[in-house]
Amino acid sequence: MKRRSFIQKASAATLLSTVGSTAFLSTAFKKPVSQKHITILHTNDVHSHIEPFPASHSRNPNQGGVAKRYTLIKQIRKENPNTLLLDAGDIFQGTPFFNFYGGELEFKLMSKLGYDAATLGNHDFDNSIEGLHAQLPNASFEILNANYNFENTVLNGKIKPYKVFVKDDVKIGVFGLGIELKGLVNQKMYKETRYINPVEIAQDITEKLKKDEKCDLVICLSHLGYHYKNDKIDDLKLAKQTKNIDLIIGGHTHTFLKKPTITQNSEGKNVLVNQVGWAGINLGRIDFYLDEAQKITNNKGASIIV
Amino acid sequence: MIRFLIFFIGLSLFSCAENKTSSPVFPSKIEGKQVPVSAKITEDKAIKDFIAPYKERIDDEMNKVLSYTPKILSKTDGEYNTPIGNMMADAVLEMAQPIFHQRTTKNIDAVLLNHGGIRANIDKGDITTKTAYNIMPFENEVVIVEITGAKLNDLFTYLTKAKRAHPIAGMQLILDKNNQIKKATIQGKPVDKNKTYYIATSDFLQQGGDNMLFFAHPKNLTILDYKLRNLFIDYFSKHPKINPIKDQRFIKE
Repeated sequence: MKRRSFIQKASAATLLSTVGSTAFLSTAFKKPVSQKHITILHTNDVHSHIEPFPASHSRNPNQGGVAKRYTLIKQIRKENPNTLLLDAGDIFQGTPFFNFYGGELEFKLMSKLGYDAATLGNHDFDNSIEGLHAQLPNASFEILNANYNFENTVLNGKIKPYKVFVKDDVKIGVFGLGIELKGLVNQKMYKETRYINPVEIAQDITEKLKKDEKCDLVICLSHLGYHYKNDKIDDLKLAKQTKNIDLIIGGHTHTFLKKPTITQNSEGKNVLVNQVGWAGINLGRIDFYLDEAQKITNNKGASIIV
Repeated sequence: MIRFLIFFIGLSLFSCAENKTSSPVFPSKIEGKQVPVSAKITEDKAIKDFIAPYKERIDDEMNKVLSYTPKILSKTDGEYNTPIGNMMADAVLEMAQPIFHQRTTKNIDAVLLNHGGIRANIDKGDITTKTAYNIMPFENEVVIVEITGAKLNDLFTYLTKAKRAHPIAGMQLILDKNNQIKKATIQGKPVDKNKTYYIATSDFLQQGGDNMLFFAHPKNLTILDYKLRNLFIDYFSKHPKINPIKDQRFIKE
Protein backbone atom coordinates (compact mmCIF):
# COMPACT_ATOMS: atom_id res chain seq x y z
CA MET A 1 0.00 0.00 0.00
CA LYS A 2 2.85 2.37 0.82
CA ARG A 3 4.40 1.55 -2.54
CA ARG A 4 1.19 2.40 -4.32
CA SER A 5 0.78 5.79 -2.68
CA PHE A 6 4.42 6.57 -3.53
CA ILE A 7 3.79 5.75 -7.16
CA GLN A 8 0.66 7.84 -7.15
CA LYS A 9 2.50 10.85 -5.79
CA ALA A 10 5.39 10.32 -8.16
CA SER A 11 3.14 9.98 -11.16
CA ALA A 12 1.09 13.00 -10.22
CA ALA A 13 4.28 15.07 -10.01
CA THR A 14 5.45 13.73 -13.35
CA LEU A 15 2.18 14.59 -14.99
CA LEU A 16 2.12 18.11 -13.71
CA SER A 17 5.27 18.70 -15.68
CA THR A 18 3.92 16.93 -18.74
CA VAL A 19 2.08 19.53 -20.72
CA GLY A 20 -0.83 18.67 -22.99
CA SER A 21 -2.04 15.30 -21.86
CA THR A 22 -2.80 16.51 -18.37
CA ALA A 23 -5.83 18.61 -19.15
CA PHE A 24 -8.48 15.91 -19.37
CA LEU A 25 -6.93 13.88 -16.61
CA SER A 26 -6.87 16.72 -14.13
CA THR A 27 -10.49 17.58 -14.76
CA ALA A 28 -11.43 13.97 -14.43
CA PHE A 29 -9.60 13.90 -11.14
CA LYS A 30 -10.69 17.15 -9.62
CA LYS A 31 -14.20 18.02 -10.52
CA PRO A 32 -15.51 20.86 -8.35
CA VAL A 33 -17.99 19.57 -5.82
CA SER A 34 -21.00 21.24 -4.40
CA GLN A 35 -22.32 19.98 -1.09
CA LYS A 36 -23.37 16.35 -1.17
CA HIS A 37 -26.30 14.91 0.74
CA ILE A 38 -26.47 11.23 1.63
CA THR A 39 -29.36 9.73 3.61
CA ILE A 40 -28.97 6.48 5.51
CA LEU A 41 -32.14 4.65 6.51
CA HIS A 42 -31.91 1.66 8.80
CA THR A 43 -33.74 -1.05 10.71
CA ASN A 44 -32.63 -3.73 13.16
CA ASP A 45 -34.12 -6.80 14.84
CA VAL A 46 -37.26 -6.73 12.72
CA HIS A 47 -37.77 -10.38 13.73
CA SER A 48 -40.21 -11.36 10.99
CA HIS A 49 -42.66 -8.58 11.95
CA ILE A 50 -44.09 -8.32 8.47
CA GLU A 51 -47.49 -7.03 9.55
CA PRO A 52 -48.17 -4.12 11.91
CA PHE A 53 -48.86 -5.04 15.52
CA PRO A 54 -52.58 -5.82 15.96
CA ALA A 55 -54.96 -3.03 16.94
CA SER A 56 -55.48 -4.80 20.27
CA HIS A 57 -51.75 -4.76 21.14
CA SER A 58 -51.19 -3.15 24.54
CA ARG A 59 -48.01 -1.24 23.68
CA ASN A 60 -47.72 -0.77 19.92
CA PRO A 61 -51.21 -0.97 18.38
CA ASN A 62 -51.12 -0.74 14.56
CA GLN A 63 -47.43 0.20 14.61
CA GLY A 64 -44.76 -1.16 12.30
CA GLY A 65 -45.25 -3.43 9.32
CA VAL A 66 -43.35 -3.69 6.06
CA ALA A 67 -46.05 -2.02 3.92
CA LYS A 68 -46.02 1.11 6.10
CA ARG A 69 -42.25 1.15 6.22
CA TYR A 70 -42.22 1.15 2.41
CA THR A 71 -44.54 4.18 2.29
CA LEU A 72 -42.04 6.08 4.46
CA ILE A 73 -39.02 4.90 2.49
CA LYS A 74 -40.58 5.98 -0.81
CA GLN A 75 -41.31 9.44 0.62
CA ILE A 76 -37.74 9.85 1.85
CA ARG A 77 -36.25 8.59 -1.45
CA LYS A 78 -38.34 11.23 -3.23
CA GLU A 79 -36.77 13.88 -0.97
CA ASN A 80 -33.29 12.50 -1.54
CA PRO A 81 -32.61 9.82 -4.15
CA ASN A 82 -29.11 9.40 -2.69
CA THR A 83 -30.37 7.12 0.03
CA LEU A 84 -29.02 3.83 1.35
CA LEU A 85 -31.31 1.36 3.14
CA LEU A 86 -29.58 -0.94 5.65
CA ASP A 87 -30.45 -3.57 8.27
CA ALA A 88 -28.41 -4.68 11.29
CA GLY A 89 -29.57 -8.29 11.58
CA ASP A 90 -32.08 -10.58 13.29
CA ILE A 91 -34.28 -10.37 10.25
CA PHE A 92 -35.64 -13.83 11.08
CA GLN A 93 -37.69 -15.37 13.91
CA GLY A 94 -40.54 -13.95 15.91
CA THR A 95 -43.74 -14.57 13.97
CA PRO A 96 -45.24 -17.59 12.16
CA PHE A 97 -44.14 -16.01 8.86
CA PHE A 98 -40.68 -17.33 9.70
CA ASN A 99 -41.88 -20.69 11.03
CA PHE A 100 -43.91 -21.31 7.87
CA TYR A 101 -41.68 -19.93 5.15
CA GLY A 102 -38.20 -20.05 6.68
CA GLY A 103 -37.30 -16.43 5.89
CA GLU A 104 -38.42 -16.47 2.26
CA LEU A 105 -40.93 -13.64 2.72
CA GLU A 106 -38.58 -11.52 4.85
CA PHE A 107 -35.87 -11.60 2.17
CA LYS A 108 -38.30 -11.12 -0.73
CA LEU A 109 -39.87 -8.09 0.93
CA MET A 110 -36.52 -6.53 1.81
CA SER A 111 -35.54 -6.96 -1.85
CA LYS A 112 -38.79 -5.26 -2.95
CA LEU A 113 -38.17 -2.40 -0.54
CA GLY A 114 -34.75 -1.95 -2.12
CA TYR A 115 -32.53 -2.73 0.83
CA ASP A 116 -28.88 -2.20 -0.12
CA ALA A 117 -27.27 -4.34 2.58
CA ALA A 118 -27.86 -6.22 5.83
CA THR A 119 -25.71 -7.99 8.36
CA LEU A 120 -26.39 -11.29 10.14
CA GLY A 121 -27.86 -11.59 13.62
CA ASN A 122 -27.78 -14.70 15.79
CA HIS A 123 -31.44 -15.49 15.02
CA ASP A 124 -30.71 -15.54 11.31
CA PHE A 125 -29.15 -18.95 12.06
CA ASP A 126 -32.35 -20.27 13.69
CA ASN A 127 -33.17 -22.47 10.70
CA SER A 128 -29.52 -23.56 10.62
CA ILE A 129 -26.82 -22.29 8.30
CA GLU A 130 -28.34 -24.42 5.51
CA GLY A 131 -31.73 -22.78 6.06
CA LEU A 132 -30.11 -19.36 5.73
CA HIS A 133 -28.17 -20.48 2.67
CA ALA A 134 -31.37 -21.73 1.02
CA GLN A 135 -32.95 -18.26 1.34
CA LEU A 136 -30.03 -16.34 -0.21
CA PRO A 137 -31.50 -16.44 -3.75
CA ASN A 138 -34.45 -14.41 -2.39
CA ALA A 139 -32.16 -11.57 -1.27
CA SER A 140 -31.21 -9.09 -3.98
CA PHE A 141 -29.33 -7.05 -1.38
CA GLU A 142 -25.85 -7.75 -0.05
CA ILE A 143 -25.42 -9.69 3.19
CA LEU A 144 -22.27 -8.47 4.90
CA ASN A 145 -20.21 -9.93 7.70
CA ALA A 146 -16.50 -9.52 8.32
CA ASN A 147 -15.90 -11.47 11.54
CA TYR A 148 -17.44 -14.87 10.88
CA ASN A 149 -15.16 -17.32 9.10
CA PHE A 150 -17.48 -19.38 6.88
CA GLU A 151 -14.66 -21.31 5.16
CA ASN A 152 -15.90 -24.74 6.23
CA THR A 153 -19.59 -24.03 5.74
CA VAL A 154 -22.10 -23.74 2.89
CA LEU A 155 -21.87 -19.95 3.17
CA ASN A 156 -18.23 -19.95 2.07
CA GLY A 157 -17.80 -17.19 -0.50
CA LYS A 158 -21.47 -16.11 -0.21
CA ILE A 159 -21.09 -13.47 2.49
CA LYS A 160 -18.84 -10.48 1.75
CA PRO A 161 -17.04 -8.61 4.53
CA TYR A 162 -17.91 -5.20 3.08
CA LYS A 163 -19.32 -3.41 0.08
CA VAL A 164 -18.59 0.05 -1.30
CA PHE A 165 -21.60 1.99 -2.57
CA VAL A 166 -21.31 5.12 -4.70
CA LYS A 167 -24.14 7.64 -4.39
CA ASP A 168 -23.83 11.06 -6.05
CA ASP A 169 -20.09 10.48 -6.33
CA VAL A 170 -19.75 9.84 -2.60
CA LYS A 171 -18.10 6.52 -1.73
CA ILE A 172 -19.75 4.80 1.19
CA GLY A 173 -18.06 1.73 2.66
CA VAL A 174 -20.39 -0.56 4.61
CA PHE A 175 -19.13 -3.56 6.59
CA GLY A 176 -20.83 -6.02 8.94
CA LEU A 177 -19.98 -7.40 12.39
CA GLY A 178 -21.71 -10.26 14.21
CA ILE A 179 -21.98 -11.37 17.82
CA GLU A 180 -20.28 -14.50 19.19
CA LEU A 181 -22.71 -17.30 18.37
CA LYS A 182 -21.47 -19.79 20.97
CA GLY A 183 -23.94 -19.85 23.85
CA LEU A 184 -26.58 -17.97 21.88
CA VAL A 185 -27.18 -20.42 19.08
CA ASN A 186 -26.98 -24.21 19.13
CA GLN A 187 -23.71 -25.19 17.45
CA LYS A 188 -25.48 -27.65 15.21
CA MET A 189 -27.21 -24.61 13.69
CA TYR A 190 -24.13 -22.51 12.92
CA LYS A 191 -21.89 -25.55 12.35
CA GLU A 192 -18.25 -24.68 11.60
CA THR A 193 -18.77 -20.90 11.54
CA ARG A 194 -15.83 -19.42 13.43
CA TYR A 195 -16.09 -16.13 15.31
CA ILE A 196 -13.21 -13.68 14.99
CA ASN A 197 -12.50 -10.73 17.32
CA PRO A 198 -14.61 -7.93 15.82
CA VAL A 199 -12.32 -5.11 17.03
CA GLU A 200 -9.25 -6.32 15.13
CA ILE A 201 -11.32 -7.02 12.05
CA ALA A 202 -12.93 -3.56 12.24
CA GLN A 203 -9.51 -1.91 12.57
CA ASP A 204 -8.24 -3.70 9.46
CA ILE A 205 -11.34 -3.16 7.34
CA THR A 206 -11.80 0.51 8.16
CA GLU A 207 -8.16 1.11 7.26
CA LYS A 208 -8.77 -0.63 3.95
CA LEU A 209 -12.04 1.22 3.27
CA LYS A 210 -10.47 4.58 4.05
CA LYS A 211 -7.01 4.19 2.51
CA ASP A 212 -7.41 1.69 -0.35
CA GLU A 213 -11.05 2.10 -1.29
CA LYS A 214 -10.92 5.86 -0.57
CA CYS A 215 -14.33 5.88 1.06
CA ASP A 216 -15.78 9.23 2.09
CA LEU A 217 -18.04 7.57 4.66
CA VAL A 218 -17.59 4.34 6.60
CA ILE A 219 -20.60 2.62 8.15
CA CYS A 220 -20.52 -0.42 10.41
CA LEU A 221 -23.59 -2.67 10.52
CA SER A 222 -23.25 -4.31 13.90
CA HIS A 223 -25.18 -7.06 15.63
CA LEU A 224 -22.90 -6.90 18.70
CA GLY A 225 -25.36 -5.05 20.95
CA TYR A 226 -25.49 -1.43 22.12
CA HIS A 227 -23.84 -1.69 25.54
CA TYR A 228 -22.92 -4.26 28.21
CA LYS A 229 -21.64 -3.37 31.67
CA ASN A 230 -19.09 -6.20 31.59
CA ASP A 231 -16.16 -6.67 29.18
CA LYS A 232 -18.27 -8.08 26.36
CA ILE A 233 -17.69 -6.13 23.17
CA ASP A 234 -20.50 -3.74 22.23
CA ASP A 235 -21.10 -0.84 19.86
CA LEU A 236 -19.92 1.84 22.30
CA LYS A 237 -16.69 -0.08 23.05
CA LEU A 238 -16.17 -0.75 19.35
CA ALA A 239 -16.48 2.98 18.60
CA LYS A 240 -13.84 3.79 21.23
CA GLN A 241 -11.35 1.19 20.03
CA THR A 242 -11.45 2.02 16.32
CA LYS A 243 -11.04 4.97 13.99
CA ASN A 244 -12.44 5.95 10.60
CA ILE A 245 -15.98 4.79 11.37
CA ASP A 246 -18.58 7.54 10.88
CA LEU A 247 -21.67 5.59 11.88
CA ILE A 248 -22.38 2.36 13.73
CA ILE A 249 -25.85 0.98 13.09
CA GLY A 250 -26.51 -1.48 15.89
CA GLY A 251 -28.85 -4.29 16.82
CA HIS A 252 -29.30 -7.34 19.07
CA THR A 253 -30.12 -5.53 22.34
CA HIS A 254 -33.43 -4.13 20.97
CA THR A 255 -32.35 -0.75 22.34
CA PHE A 256 -34.73 2.17 21.96
CA LEU A 257 -32.64 5.37 21.96
CA LYS A 258 -34.24 8.77 22.39
CA LYS A 259 -31.71 9.99 19.86
CA PRO A 260 -28.57 8.63 18.22
CA THR A 261 -25.57 8.49 20.57
CA ILE A 262 -22.54 10.67 19.85
CA THR A 263 -19.35 9.10 21.17
CA GLN A 264 -15.63 9.42 20.42
CA ASN A 265 -13.28 7.08 18.58
CA SER A 266 -9.66 6.24 19.44
CA GLU A 267 -8.56 9.55 17.90
CA GLY A 268 -11.16 11.59 19.78
CA LYS A 269 -13.31 12.13 16.69
CA ASN A 270 -17.07 11.85 16.81
CA VAL A 271 -18.79 8.58 15.95
CA LEU A 272 -22.54 8.22 15.74
CA VAL A 273 -24.11 5.04 17.18
CA ASN A 274 -27.75 4.34 16.50
CA GLN A 275 -30.29 1.56 17.07
CA VAL A 276 -34.06 1.76 16.64
CA GLY A 277 -35.60 -0.78 19.02
CA TRP A 278 -37.03 -3.81 17.27
CA ALA A 279 -39.93 -5.28 15.25
CA GLY A 280 -39.85 -2.50 12.66
CA ILE A 281 -41.60 -0.01 14.95
CA ASN A 282 -39.13 2.68 13.87
CA LEU A 283 -36.97 3.58 10.92
CA GLY A 284 -33.61 5.18 11.69
CA ARG A 285 -32.59 8.14 9.57
CA ILE A 286 -29.14 9.72 9.41
CA ASP A 287 -28.44 12.56 6.96
CA PHE A 288 -24.84 13.29 6.02
CA TYR A 289 -23.96 16.60 4.34
CA LEU A 290 -20.47 16.43 2.84
CA ASP A 291 -18.07 19.09 1.58
CA GLU A 292 -14.51 19.26 0.31
CA ALA A 293 -11.98 19.67 3.10
CA GLN A 294 -11.18 23.35 2.48
CA LYS A 295 -14.84 24.29 2.78
CA ILE A 296 -15.05 22.92 6.29
CA THR A 297 -14.04 25.72 8.64
CA ASN A 298 -14.79 23.90 11.88
CA ASN A 299 -11.71 21.75 12.57
CA LYS A 300 -13.52 19.57 15.11
CA GLY A 301 -15.26 17.79 12.25
CA ALA A 302 -18.92 17.72 11.42
CA SER A 303 -21.54 19.48 13.46
CA ILE A 304 -23.96 16.83 14.60
CA ILE A 305 -27.61 17.58 15.18
CA VAL A 306 -29.55 14.83 16.91
CA MET B 1 8.24 8.24 -17.61
CA ILE B 2 5.94 6.58 -20.12
CA ARG B 3 5.50 3.68 -17.75
CA PHE B 4 4.42 6.08 -15.04
CA LEU B 5 1.99 7.76 -17.40
CA ILE B 6 0.38 4.47 -18.40
CA PHE B 7 0.12 3.51 -14.79
CA PHE B 8 -1.54 6.80 -13.97
CA ILE B 9 -4.08 6.51 -16.78
CA GLY B 10 -4.77 3.01 -15.55
CA LEU B 11 -5.44 4.38 -12.09
CA SER B 12 -7.79 7.05 -13.36
CA LEU B 13 -9.70 4.53 -15.45
CA PHE B 14 -9.96 2.33 -12.38
CA SER B 15 -11.45 5.28 -10.51
CA CYS B 16 -13.92 5.93 -13.32
CA ALA B 17 -15.00 2.30 -13.20
CA GLU B 18 -15.98 2.87 -9.58
CA ASN B 19 -17.89 6.02 -10.56
CA LYS B 20 -15.85 8.26 -8.30
CA THR B 21 -14.38 11.17 -10.17
CA SER B 22 -14.30 13.96 -7.64
CA SER B 23 -12.07 14.75 -4.69
CA PRO B 24 -12.74 13.24 -1.29
CA VAL B 25 -15.52 14.87 0.68
CA PHE B 26 -15.99 15.01 4.43
CA PRO B 27 -19.11 15.24 6.55
CA SER B 28 -19.66 18.86 7.59
CA LYS B 29 -23.11 18.39 9.07
CA ILE B 30 -24.89 15.26 10.27
CA GLU B 31 -28.51 14.98 11.32
CA GLY B 32 -29.88 11.92 13.06
CA LYS B 33 -33.39 11.03 14.04
CA GLN B 34 -35.86 8.20 14.41
CA VAL B 35 -38.94 8.00 12.21
CA PRO B 36 -41.79 6.12 13.90
CA VAL B 37 -43.64 3.66 11.67
CA SER B 38 -46.80 4.91 13.31
CA ALA B 39 -50.42 3.80 13.16
CA LYS B 40 -51.47 6.65 10.88
CA ILE B 41 -49.09 5.86 8.00
CA THR B 42 -50.85 4.29 5.00
CA GLU B 43 -49.77 0.80 4.00
CA ASP B 44 -48.26 0.46 0.53
CA LYS B 45 -50.84 -1.51 -1.43
CA ALA B 46 -48.45 -3.46 -3.67
CA ILE B 47 -46.57 -4.74 -0.61
CA LYS B 48 -49.78 -5.56 1.25
CA ASP B 49 -51.08 -7.50 -1.74
CA PHE B 50 -47.81 -9.39 -2.01
CA ILE B 51 -48.04 -10.46 1.64
CA ALA B 52 -51.74 -11.46 1.45
CA PRO B 53 -51.47 -15.03 0.09
CA TYR B 54 -48.67 -15.86 2.53
CA LYS B 55 -50.83 -14.58 5.37
CA GLU B 56 -53.92 -16.47 4.23
CA ARG B 57 -52.16 -19.80 4.34
CA ILE B 58 -50.84 -19.08 7.82
CA ASP B 59 -54.24 -17.94 9.09
CA ASP B 60 -55.92 -21.09 7.74
CA GLU B 61 -53.39 -23.26 9.49
CA MET B 62 -53.28 -21.19 12.68
CA ASN B 63 -57.05 -21.13 13.10
CA LYS B 64 -57.40 -24.91 12.84
CA VAL B 65 -59.14 -26.09 16.02
CA LEU B 66 -57.21 -28.88 17.69
CA SER B 67 -58.65 -29.16 21.19
CA TYR B 68 -60.71 -27.40 23.84
CA THR B 69 -60.25 -26.11 27.39
CA PRO B 70 -63.23 -25.28 29.62
CA LYS B 71 -61.14 -22.75 31.59
CA ILE B 72 -58.33 -20.28 31.07
CA LEU B 73 -54.87 -21.69 31.86
CA SER B 74 -52.21 -19.35 33.18
CA LYS B 75 -48.74 -19.87 34.60
CA THR B 76 -49.74 -17.77 37.60
CA ASP B 77 -52.41 -20.33 38.61
CA GLY B 78 -50.28 -21.81 41.41
CA GLU B 79 -47.17 -21.26 43.47
CA TYR B 80 -45.32 -24.57 43.02
CA ASN B 81 -47.32 -26.25 40.29
CA THR B 82 -49.86 -24.97 37.80
CA PRO B 83 -52.43 -26.71 35.56
CA ILE B 84 -50.78 -25.32 32.41
CA GLY B 85 -47.29 -26.35 33.52
CA ASN B 86 -48.51 -29.82 34.55
CA MET B 87 -50.21 -30.22 31.17
CA MET B 88 -47.00 -29.23 29.35
CA ALA B 89 -44.75 -31.58 31.36
CA ASP B 90 -47.29 -34.43 31.06
CA ALA B 91 -47.51 -33.81 27.30
CA VAL B 92 -43.73 -34.14 26.95
CA LEU B 93 -43.78 -37.42 28.90
CA GLU B 94 -46.70 -38.82 26.91
CA MET B 95 -45.51 -37.79 23.44
CA ALA B 96 -41.73 -38.19 23.78
CA GLN B 97 -41.70 -41.50 25.68
CA PRO B 98 -42.76 -43.81 22.78
CA ILE B 99 -40.21 -42.22 20.43
CA PHE B 100 -37.44 -42.44 23.01
CA HIS B 101 -38.32 -46.04 23.84
CA GLN B 102 -38.39 -47.05 20.21
CA ARG B 103 -34.95 -45.55 19.61
CA THR B 104 -33.15 -46.60 22.78
CA THR B 105 -35.39 -49.26 24.46
CA LYS B 106 -35.11 -47.07 27.59
CA ASN B 107 -37.89 -45.16 29.33
CA ILE B 108 -38.15 -41.53 30.32
CA ASP B 109 -38.27 -41.33 34.13
CA ALA B 110 -39.21 -37.68 34.48
CA VAL B 111 -39.64 -34.32 32.76
CA LEU B 112 -38.39 -30.86 33.78
CA LEU B 113 -39.25 -27.70 31.86
CA ASN B 114 -38.95 -24.11 33.06
CA HIS B 115 -41.65 -21.78 34.33
CA GLY B 116 -40.27 -18.91 32.23
CA GLY B 117 -40.69 -21.07 29.15
CA ILE B 118 -44.50 -20.86 29.39
CA ARG B 119 -44.80 -17.87 27.07
CA ALA B 120 -48.56 -17.23 27.12
CA ASN B 121 -51.89 -18.12 28.70
CA ILE B 122 -54.27 -20.54 27.02
CA ASP B 123 -57.63 -18.86 26.73
CA LYS B 124 -60.88 -20.62 27.59
CA GLY B 125 -62.51 -22.29 24.59
CA ASP B 126 -61.02 -23.66 21.39
CA ILE B 127 -57.35 -24.51 21.28
CA THR B 128 -55.87 -23.87 17.85
CA THR B 129 -52.48 -24.27 16.21
CA LYS B 130 -51.90 -20.66 17.18
CA THR B 131 -52.20 -21.65 20.85
CA ALA B 132 -49.13 -23.85 20.46
CA TYR B 133 -47.24 -20.98 18.82
CA ASN B 134 -48.27 -18.66 21.64
CA ILE B 135 -47.16 -20.91 24.48
CA MET B 136 -44.02 -21.99 22.62
CA PRO B 137 -42.87 -19.38 20.08
CA PHE B 138 -39.26 -20.61 20.12
CA GLU B 139 -37.71 -23.41 18.13
CA ASN B 140 -36.60 -25.41 21.18
CA GLU B 141 -36.70 -29.17 21.00
CA VAL B 142 -36.95 -32.15 23.30
CA VAL B 143 -33.76 -33.78 24.53
CA ILE B 144 -33.34 -36.64 26.99
CA VAL B 145 -30.40 -36.58 29.37
CA GLU B 146 -29.10 -39.56 31.31
CA ILE B 147 -27.93 -38.25 34.68
CA THR B 148 -26.67 -39.85 37.88
CA GLY B 149 -28.66 -40.08 41.10
CA ALA B 150 -26.35 -37.43 42.57
CA LYS B 151 -27.20 -35.01 39.76
CA LEU B 152 -30.89 -35.81 40.26
CA ASN B 153 -30.50 -34.74 43.88
CA ASP B 154 -28.99 -31.48 42.57
CA LEU B 155 -32.12 -31.10 40.45
CA PHE B 156 -34.35 -31.43 43.51
CA THR B 157 -32.14 -28.95 45.40
CA TYR B 158 -32.46 -26.55 42.47
CA LEU B 159 -36.27 -26.78 42.54
CA THR B 160 -36.27 -26.30 46.31
CA LYS B 161 -34.22 -23.12 46.06
CA ALA B 162 -35.95 -21.79 42.94
CA LYS B 163 -39.39 -21.80 44.64
CA ARG B 164 -40.97 -21.49 41.22
CA ALA B 165 -43.56 -23.62 39.49
CA HIS B 166 -41.11 -25.15 37.03
CA PRO B 167 -43.20 -27.79 35.23
CA ILE B 168 -42.35 -31.37 36.23
CA ALA B 169 -43.72 -34.84 35.53
CA GLY B 170 -42.72 -38.28 36.81
CA MET B 171 -41.33 -36.73 39.99
CA GLN B 172 -42.76 -35.54 43.27
CA LEU B 173 -41.23 -32.92 45.55
CA ILE B 174 -42.76 -31.95 48.88
CA LEU B 175 -41.22 -29.16 50.93
CA ASP B 176 -41.87 -28.65 54.64
CA LYS B 177 -42.72 -25.34 56.27
CA ASN B 178 -39.03 -24.42 56.46
CA ASN B 179 -38.50 -25.04 52.76
CA GLN B 180 -36.59 -28.26 53.43
CA ILE B 181 -37.15 -31.35 51.30
CA LYS B 182 -39.65 -33.62 53.03
CA LYS B 183 -40.14 -36.03 50.15
CA ALA B 184 -38.42 -36.32 46.78
CA THR B 185 -39.32 -39.25 44.57
CA ILE B 186 -38.94 -40.26 40.94
CA GLN B 187 -41.32 -42.82 39.46
CA GLY B 188 -42.70 -43.14 43.00
CA LYS B 189 -39.34 -44.16 44.53
CA PRO B 190 -36.63 -42.27 46.42
CA VAL B 191 -33.49 -41.33 44.50
CA ASP B 192 -30.97 -44.18 44.20
CA LYS B 193 -27.49 -42.67 44.09
CA ASN B 194 -26.13 -45.69 42.24
CA LYS B 195 -28.67 -45.50 39.46
CA THR B 196 -28.89 -43.27 36.42
CA TYR B 197 -32.12 -41.59 35.30
CA TYR B 198 -33.54 -40.41 31.99
CA ILE B 199 -34.92 -36.88 32.19
CA ALA B 200 -36.64 -35.17 29.27
CA THR B 201 -36.14 -31.43 28.97
CA SER B 202 -35.54 -28.81 26.29
CA ASP B 203 -32.24 -28.23 24.50
CA PHE B 204 -32.26 -24.71 25.94
CA LEU B 205 -32.28 -25.96 29.54
CA GLN B 206 -29.85 -28.79 28.82
CA GLN B 207 -27.38 -26.19 27.61
CA GLY B 208 -27.49 -24.29 30.90
CA GLY B 209 -30.59 -22.15 30.40
CA ASP B 210 -32.08 -20.93 33.71
CA ASN B 211 -28.85 -22.11 35.35
CA MET B 212 -29.89 -25.79 35.32
CA LEU B 213 -26.27 -26.88 35.56
CA PHE B 214 -27.10 -30.49 36.56
CA PHE B 215 -27.99 -31.07 32.88
CA ALA B 216 -24.48 -30.17 31.68
CA HIS B 217 -22.21 -33.03 30.61
CA PRO B 218 -24.79 -35.84 30.95
CA LYS B 219 -23.73 -39.48 30.68
CA ASN B 220 -25.82 -39.62 27.52
CA LEU B 221 -27.75 -37.10 25.51
CA THR B 222 -30.52 -38.14 23.11
CA ILE B 223 -31.83 -35.55 20.66
CA LEU B 224 -35.28 -36.54 19.41
CA ASP B 225 -35.51 -33.95 16.59
CA TYR B 226 -38.93 -33.12 17.97
CA LYS B 227 -39.70 -29.44 18.50
CA LEU B 228 -41.65 -28.67 21.67
CA ARG B 229 -44.19 -26.65 19.69
CA ASN B 230 -44.85 -29.58 17.36
CA LEU B 231 -45.12 -31.85 20.38
CA PHE B 232 -47.86 -29.62 21.85
CA ILE B 233 -49.66 -29.49 18.48
CA ASP B 234 -49.60 -33.30 18.39
CA TYR B 235 -50.75 -33.52 22.01
CA PHE B 236 -53.69 -31.15 21.42
CA SER B 237 -54.63 -33.05 18.26
CA LYS B 238 -54.67 -36.30 20.24
CA HIS B 239 -56.85 -34.91 23.05
CA PRO B 240 -60.12 -33.28 21.90
CA LYS B 241 -60.45 -31.71 25.37
CA ILE B 242 -57.87 -30.87 28.01
CA ASN B 243 -58.67 -29.99 31.61
CA PRO B 244 -55.43 -30.10 33.62
CA ILE B 245 -55.49 -29.45 37.35
CA LYS B 246 -53.14 -28.31 40.07
CA ASP B 247 -52.04 -31.42 41.97
CA GLN B 248 -49.56 -32.73 44.56
CA ARG B 249 -46.48 -33.15 42.34
CA PHE B 250 -44.64 -30.12 43.74
CA ILE B 251 -46.04 -28.55 46.89
CA LYS B 252 -45.08 -26.86 50.11
CA GLU B 253 -46.85 -28.01 53.26
